[in-house]
Amino acid sequence: MTTTTPRRALDGGPRANPARRSTPSTTLAGVALRTPFWVFSGALAVIFLFPLVWTSVASVSPHPGTGQVDGWGFGNYVTLAHYQAGIGQYLTNSGIVSGLTVVLTLLVSTLGGYAFARFRFPGRNLLFMLTLAILMVPYATLLIPLYVLLSKFGLQNSLVGVALVLTMFQLPFSTFMMRISFESVPRELDDAAMVDGCSAFTALWRVLLPAVRPGLITVGLFAFLAAWNDFLAPLILINDTNRMTLPLAVSNLRVQVQGVIDYGATEAGVVVLALPCILLFLVLQRHYVRGFMSGALKG
Amino acid sequence: MTVKTTLRAGAATPAGARRERHRSRSNLRGWVFAWPTALFVIVLFVVPLLLVLRMSASHWPLLSGDQGFNFPSNYRKTVSNRFFVESVTFTLKYTLLATVLLIVLGLGLALLVQESTHWKGLLRTSFLVPSALGLASASLLFYVLYSPLAGPFATMMNRLGWTFLGSPDAALASTLFLIVWRYAGFYMLLMLVGLQAIPTQIYEAARMDGSGRWNTFRRITIPLLRPTLALTIILCVTGSLLAFEQFYILTKGGPDNSTITVVQLIYSMAFQGQNDLGVAGALSVLVLLALVAINAVQLRAFRGSEDK
Repeated sequence: MTTTTPRRALDGGPRANPARRSTPSTTLAGVALRTPFWVFSGALAVIFLFPLVWTSVASVSPHPGTGQVDGWGFGNYVTLAHYQAGIGQYLTNSGIVSGLTVVLTLLVSTLGGYAFARFRFPGRNLLFMLTLAILMVPYATLLIPLYVLLSKFGLQNSLVGVALVLTMFQLPFSTFMMRISFESVPRELDDAAMVDGCSAFTALWRVLLPAVRPGLITVGLFAFLAAWNDFLAPLILINDTNRMTLPLAVSNLRVQVQGVIDYGATEAGVVVLALPCILLFLVLQRHYVRGFMSGALKG
Repeated sequence: MTVKTTLRAGAATPAGARRERHRSRSNLRGWVFAWPTALFVIVLFVVPLLLVLRMSASHWPLLSGDQGFNFPSNYRKTVSNRFFVESVTFTLKYTLLATVLLIVLGLGLALLVQESTHWKGLLRTSFLVPSALGLASASLLFYVLYSPLAGPFATMMNRLGWTFLGSPDAALASTLFLIVWRYAGFYMLLMLVGLQAIPTQIYEAARMDGSGRWNTFRRITIPLLRPTLALTIILCVTGSLLAFEQFYILTKGGPDNSTITVVQLIYSMAFQGQNDLGVAGALSVLVLLALVAINAVQLRAFRGSEDK
């Protein structure tokens, strides 16, 4: 721990000193010293990966009392496909909620972040503090009145209503993230655009948006993961089975027929739920990590 | 706003007046971009917050709506609910255990994978992958994993006559394992960010002075990591106090109602059986007050220890 980091700082890069770097791992003593570490850390990695691997394998392997009784195959996925309104419907519902949440979050937080970073207006600090205050209020505390409020707007049982609520819950993080993204872009850039005759809108659209793209990806990724996986908001706000989102549907499917639980279909459901998140996470890992870096700066 | 501008312009020099007018124009422009945020925050956050206060002081059945003011009846009913004390005690116990486990393990994992080698990069990714899953998905996954019928440990469990969710203690421990699996990587990441902020020169100086590994950890890493530790502890306490999915899906509050959290109680007051939004609202308000108070105490404690 204490050796590599200063060396990197002194040499300007790990490649600058290949001889010293390879010495401890290539000598026999070095290997012997490191073996316990490899075994220990490897075992830890296995513990973390095992549940995911096991579920994926179990979802296609035979098991009595499931949709896949003999031989390997996708029987459990077939059960899932025909459950109540069908998995297609639930995937669509989850897609609508997640897509709408991502679009709304990006739109509102980009405009808001731009306003907070570039303009002084009355109520600016109050609005920013109120936005951050959303973090302090328990989810359930807001969902109970939102249940009443949304039905007053005619949005009871509505996927749009769920997306609006989820967008609101995303605003503290995304507004903060977009604000610091815009603040890190030099002001000269929009001044130059304005001199060239751009309005504030065109400057934002043409010049600034490309500059804050990494921030947009982070905000979009977090909004998607939150909306796709959210359980409590649709649980409270949706009671029509045809409008349930995927986590809700898979959770209900478990307690289907008089206490007999279809474990196979549940496994398949978990795989369908987890797959998009894991793929997105692996592709966008860098942006995921950046989200936490900015959060820690604040703390 | 217009009034303010004219007032000030009247008092100031012509140049100051021009500056004021310029500022007032940018005032308006800021709102051109800020109004959607304000709309969301007011309609979906401030209004519901005021509404829940009113609901908590009104007789408000789920189906028939507002039936008029009844303060403090809902609060009395909340506190005398037969699961109130139990759920508060359980939530606090769970919060304490989850926070200690996640902070210690998160820091441990971070120290384990701190250097940037290929192997440690792989380790970091495998610890982080579960964080991409939703808590509900993770709970469903472990529901099957812990099952005495279909899980990978089914044969072993049948031989030992023991189940993961059979007794209150086992259910709590099994849920904690799920939470550690899902969140340890997340806390590792926060710790890594904090560790990176510690200047390498300090470590070097400690090494020159002949400080051992443990000593360096205790005397340098921990004190300099204090802001990160404060942030992660506050995050973890807040998240654990509001625990819901893991218990709703995995243990369903059982066995023998031993794992009911406060948020589960709010949900069941509002939508299961009791169907009373007023009482649920009262408990929601109490939870909000408790959370604000607990976070204020934590912030003060961490700030206090920083001054020393």
